[in-house]
Amino acid sequence: MTDKQKKELKRIIIALVMFILLMITEHLILPHLSISGGPESAPQMPNIIAGAAIDILYIAAYLIVGHDVLRKCLLGIKNKQLFDESFLMTVATFGAFGCGELEEAVAVMLFYQIGEFFQGYAVGRSRGAITELMSIAPDYANRETADGSTEVIDPDDIQVGDVLVIKPGEKIPTDAVVIEGHGFINTAALTGESVPRSVGEGDQVISGCINGDDLLRVEALKEYDDSTVVQILEMVETAASKKSKTENFITRFAHYYTPAVVIAAVVLAVVPPLISGRFTEVFGTWLLRACTFLVISCPCALVISVPLAFFGGIGAASKKGVLVKGSNYLEMMAVLDTVVTDKTGTLTEGVFRVSSTLAAPGHDEADVIKYAAAVEAGSTHPIGAAIIAACSDPFPGSAVKDNVNHAGKGAEASVDGDRIAVGTSKLFDELGIEIPAESKASGEAGGTHCYVAKNGIYIGTVTVADMPKAEAAQAVKEMRAEGVRRIVMLTGDSKETAAETAAAVGISDYRAELLPQNKVRAAEELLAELGGEDEKANRSRRLAFIGDGINDAPVLSRADVGIAMGSLGSDAAIEAADIVIMDDKLSRIPAVIRIARKTIGISKANIVFALAVKFVCLALGAVGLANMWTAVFADVGVAVICILNSMRMLSE
Amino acid sequence: MKKKFKLIDLDCANCAAKMEDAIKKIDGVNDASVSFMTQKMMIDADDAVFDQVVQEAVKCIAKVEPDCQVVV
Repeated sequence: MTDKQKKELKRIIIALVMFILLMITEHLILPHLSISGGPESAPQMPNIIAGAAIDILYIAAYLIVGHDVLRKCLLGIKNKQLFDESFLMTVATFGAFGCGELEEAVAVMLFYQIGEFFQGYAVGRSRGAITELMSIAPDYANRETADGSTEVIDPDDIQVGDVLVIKPGEKIPTDAVVIEGHGFINTAALTGESVPRSVGEGDQVISGCINGDDLLRVEALKEYDDSTVVQILEMVETAASKKSKTENFITRFAHYYTPAVVIAAVVLAVVPPLISGRFTEVFGTWLLRACTFLVISCPCALVISVPLAFFGGIGAASKKGVLVKGSNYLEMMAVLDTVVTDKTGTLTEGVFRVSSTLAAPGHDEADVIKYAAAVEAGSTHPIGAAIIAACSDPFPGSAVKDNVNHAGKGAEASVDGDRIAVGTSKLFDELGIEIPAESKASGEAGGTHCYVAKNGIYIGTVTVADMPKAEAAQAVKEMRAEGVRRIVMLTGDSKETAAETAAAVGISDYRAELLPQNKVRAAEELLAELGGEDEKANRSRRLAFIGDGINDAPVLSRADVGIAMGSLGSDAAIEAADIVIMDDKLSRIPAVIRIARKTIGISKANIVFALAVKFVCLALGAVGLANMWTAVFADVGVAVICILNSMRMLSE
Repeated sequence: MKKKFKLIDLDCANCAAKMEDAIKKIDGVNDASVSFMTQKMMIDADDAVFDQVVQEAVKCIAKVEPDCQVVV
């Protein structure tokens, strides 16, 4: 609670207590005190004095609780900003005073201020909750000076190349590379991933992550302004300005609604008294009705609750490590029809690993790997690296000599006195080594096969593949469950590899051997099928593209929603995508669809509820059935209910 | 040039919308937004007149909501 709110609360409580005491005095105590006679008898002096005192106290209570509203109203008139809430409340309560309804005037003002207070409090709370989710900005950095001591500096003062010391539990101030120390860093604030990431010398660390229990010395790679954390904050902040269709609808609606209501109120105040022919007698009543009408009509509940729901949705997504760049993208995610996905690095892990090993009769699978790894030792080729990584018990380096590299086909070396060849079937043809037909046949699909021969005789096959992510199949299933009708995989890889991956994750629709420009064309064709070229404006079914953001920027920007995965630290991806998934998890996508649905649901419910209550109250107010109390409820009460409804988003 | 300003005591969502409309109408403003949720104002205006534009914008805000302060 801010100081301002505390003061307001105090005023409300004082006025409320006064009001209750006055009500009790007026209705319960005074009637008993007036001993003499019934209502017909002439009022007695003490009663008149008591009545006047009570009136004065009512006015005092009114001023205590409502003086700022009066001030705002006067300032509004001075600045030619008529018809804001303060003006309406002032007119309405003065109307009540004019009709001698002091009690009602105080009650209405009190009720209005209580409602406003709750509204401010609720908005402040949800704003706090959301910004807390995003409280990833570092407050300071420890820079190491030339003499080896450290100084505390503002993150803004960090220069590229500075050596920074990150103590246990501190936030990493800017993107940097570790030069000394190793430990675990917590990336949860950025990725939603709760398992800490292990880092050591030479590893890059991202600003906004929290250091674990070890001291790290790092070298700054970027200035603070260019660091990941600043980019993310900037993105989320500007997200609020990319408005959804629903929000734009509300703005447009308010544009016509307010003048229409004001005209209706004027008509209500003037026309019925004129028609009735007793203008002076009934004008007061109709004027009060018109005021009531105006109070009801205030569009605040609408203008506040819809953006709040979207803001909450964006906040909920960022809690899960998903950055949504605008409310409009959330809206599109809710009506997602087609998902186009890249293969490498998106559905698959993006790194090669040994997927299977086959040994010829009389040989051991572990030996096959061991020999292959020995020949590939020192290789930087991804396939070689995968084989090396799979070998748990390598030959010592001294046992390997006479390496011969056959570019693109494989390699040979002498290992422990034996001549070992590792390579493709092409290499084996050249070397005249025969691969048994059944070994060849069993390895048609599913990655790259490396045949291994010892002294000219085939001993086994190591298959290396880019494996589908463990959770890819589940994520695909969940996306379908969330209403995605069509999932298409695009890849530059061969048909066989594509078919294999597609089958493994449960996608039947795929396009293989695509060059980057063909990927864009494929995406455009799919877009056309959804209702074509009327661009981003009016389609009820949307297309999203999921990629790793590295070389698919054109497709990312062509799709309705471009989703970049695993792009922590990749500026290009953050730039090109509309939704950024900070970690590598495909399961975030169905989660975002759910959040988007809930957001849309809440904002629609708010609109319908607020409009329904308003129109009913307006109708009642016009015929004189709604009093000021109803009017204030229709204004602030509805706003508070809508805000509370929007706050449900935060529990997501 | 594009710049962001913090707003203090921006109390009403409808007012934020009104401010945004008014600021967008100032000469030299390419784009502007007033976000009630983040309590921030963004102004994108021509460099030459930027300072004047900001002064105008502050006036617009004071007109709509007298209690609201702009941190320049």
